[in-house]
Amino acid sequence: MTNYSYTLLIPLIPLAIFLITGLAGHKFKPIVSGLTGTMGLTIAAFLSYTTAIRYFFIDGPANGMYPQIKAVSTVWLRFTDTLHIDLGILIDPISVMMLVVVTTVSLMAHIYSLGYMKGERGFARFYSFLSLFSFSMLGLVLATNIFQMYIFWELVGVSSFLLIGFYYEKPSAVAASKKAFIVTRFADLGFLIGILMLSFTTNTFDFITLTSTSGPIIAAPAGAAFVGISVVSWALILVFIGGAGKSAMFPLHIWLPDAMEGPTPVSALIHAATMVVAGVYLVARLFPAYALAAPDALHVVAWVGGFSSLFAAVIAITQIDIKRVLAFSTMSQIGYMMMALGVSGYGDHEGLGYMASMFHLFTHAMFKALLFLGAGSIIHAVHSNNMTDMGGLRKYLPITHITFLIACLTIAGIPPLSGFWSKDEILAAALHHNPALFAIGIGVAGLTAFYMFRLYYNVFWGQERHYHHTPHESPLVMTIPLMFLAFAAVFSGFLPFSHLVTSDLKTFETHTDLAVAIPSVLIALVGIGVATVMYRKPNSLPDRVSSSIKGLYTASFRKFWIDEVYQFVTKKIIFSGVSRPIAWFDRHVIDDTMNAVGWLVVTTSERIKGFQSGQVQQYAAVFVSSVVLLVLVFVYLFSN
Amino acid sequence: MMTQGIPLYYFLIISTLMFFIGIFGFLTRRNLITMLMSIELVLNSVNINFVAFNSYLFPHRMQGQFFSLIVIAVAAAEAAVAIAIIINIYRNFRSIETDKVNEMKY
Repeated sequence: MTNYSYTLLIPLIPLAIFLITGLAGHKFKPIVSGLTGTMGLTIAAFLSYTTAIRYFFIDGPANGMYPQIKAVSTVWLRFTDTLHIDLGILIDPISVMMLVVVTTVSLMAHIYSLGYMKGERGFARFYSFLSLFSFSMLGLVLATNIFQMYIFWELVGVSSFLLIGFYYEKPSAVAASKKAFIVTRFADLGFLIGILMLSFTTNTFDFITLTSTSGPIIAAPAGAAFVGISVVSWALILVFIGGAGKSAMFPLHIWLPDAMEGPTPVSALIHAATMVVAGVYLVARLFPAYALAAPDALHVVAWVGGFSSLFAAVIAITQIDIKRVLAFSTMSQIGYMMMALGVSGYGDHEGLGYMASMFHLFTHAMFKALLFLGAGSIIHAVHSNNMTDMGGLRKYLPITHITFLIACLTIAGIPPLSGFWSKDEILAAALHHNPALFAIGIGVAGLTAFYMFRLYYNVFWGQERHYHHTPHESPLVMTIPLMFLAFAAVFSGFLPFSHLVTSDLKTFETHTDLAVAIPSVLIALVGIGVATVMYRKPNSLPDRVSSSIKGLYTASFRKFWIDEVYQFVTKKIIFSGVSRPIAWFDRHVIDDTMNAVGWLVVTTSERIKGFQSGQVQQYAAVFVSSVVLLVLVFVYLFSN
Repeated sequence: MMTQGIPLYYFLIISTLMFFIGIFGFLTRRNLITMLMSIELVLNSVNINFVAFNSYLFPHRMQGQFFSLIVIAVAAAEAAVAIAIIINIYRNFRSIETDKVNEMKY
């Protein structure tokens, strides 16, 4: 078996660069930090590709099964002989795949930012945070056990917080970073409790043991049921809540649109391609446990995913900030992945949904990063996020235009681009398992095509606006990542994923199901067609449509008032219903008790402090008279 | 013995009187030197007790008398220390009146 211990370098290089540029970045010119970070990521990406090629193609499956290798493992914290937290590196199909995704997108974001962030204040700080994020994300995907994953999970949360709040002079950015941190942290509470419940019932944190078919969860599920659902199911549902928070699933999605306050490369890297899919990755990591021991939990995953994807797609139609459209699109696509996991079974062709989910994760990372970087290029050119300030840009931004069009076609699921293949597998899995979810999936496919092309036409066609200066194409350092990602978006669909990443580590054959492919392509074409009619040339049709369904339009535009619901629940119910009485109790009962004790002590000591007068003879008098008294007492006691 | 004709309680009365005169002086005089002298009175009343009991109860032994010698020696040492302290107090306060030396209070 090949020695993979060199993979330790993949997360450690970004960590070293984070420390160097973070501590000493201000001593050099900013560009030095940028180039160091990019160089380091290039090495990490090279190592990841080497690992992927060796793992998948040179070593390949042993006895028809991909091995799960612990390349590095040390005990970090020992509770008992069996229960200990390790830090290590787990090499298996999904972690190797994620290595490729994370390092590729991160490298692209690094290169792109050299142009996009040029001349910004805090350029070096930006790069050190990017390195911190890359380190954390790589540590997360390589984790050997659920606790190590939790540690890095929080680290990616922190780096996301730091990068969303990168423009910390802007109050909205600060508010968005706090919101992202608090919402995901709240969800992580569920994750932590889930981990504790899992480790309590199974006595292990280790992924290989937890997911092994002869392991403590699947072979011998222990523990009593609560409300008719087993302990393992509860634990896995709680773990999923953590994943739902990170992956912006309904109703914990409210932070993702606001997170677009961060610099655009950050949105591409963290809030589109890598960190937000951590929840999907988490469920995939524990997938055998979900599929075999807790089908209830898997149902929750499927329906939350399906609902989120539909919900987000409906909102995305009406948004006018291009980054927010993309944010909701991300949420919708992640919902797709969750749904695919939820409808998947375990083993062989049953595990189609699992494979599809991972496949879609991969292709989505490429085309969504491309969309965000393209959006960054557009914003760079017109200095605005709003579609209403854009139009007719195809003449000015030819490269951005072509790559953006490719990405839109990819996400819409037009063959033979990569989005078609992965989406097709998801829909096939959904049809096989649950027709209702299949219907949602088809509907979302149509909506996706529509809102992406609405965005596309509004930006690149339509009415040309009055620009302050003529928009110009971005520099080469920004367009090269676009071209690379466009290449990946076109061709990554041809990767034989069913031979690489499967639920039971064995390979299986897939074939394109025309009963799924034809409707999904047709509805995508319908979506594109409607968008073309409505938005290609300026006309009054969009206004007439929106006023004819005014209620729905407003609901979608206001994001179904979920933010307002949160405001209401936190401010009106929790703050005034729970916090205020508790605060009153604290201020009046607890504090007053303490004050009374203090007052008693102060008053008593005021009264008796004259006793310590400094007059030695008074003390002596007290002493002598006490002795006399004692003598009298003793005489009385012992005289008879 | 010379004390043959004198009953024991004569000695006890004398020593009790000396003891309480000493205590009285210790509690009432403000001058530290005088207080020290009062302590000497208390110690000497104890010495009288030792010697008297020794010769009345155990005329053939000497422990009581030796003990009173030790008390005298300790009293001398104590006086040396006390006077050193008093000199230091005088240097700091320009006074050896106890009611003026009352820094150590609340």
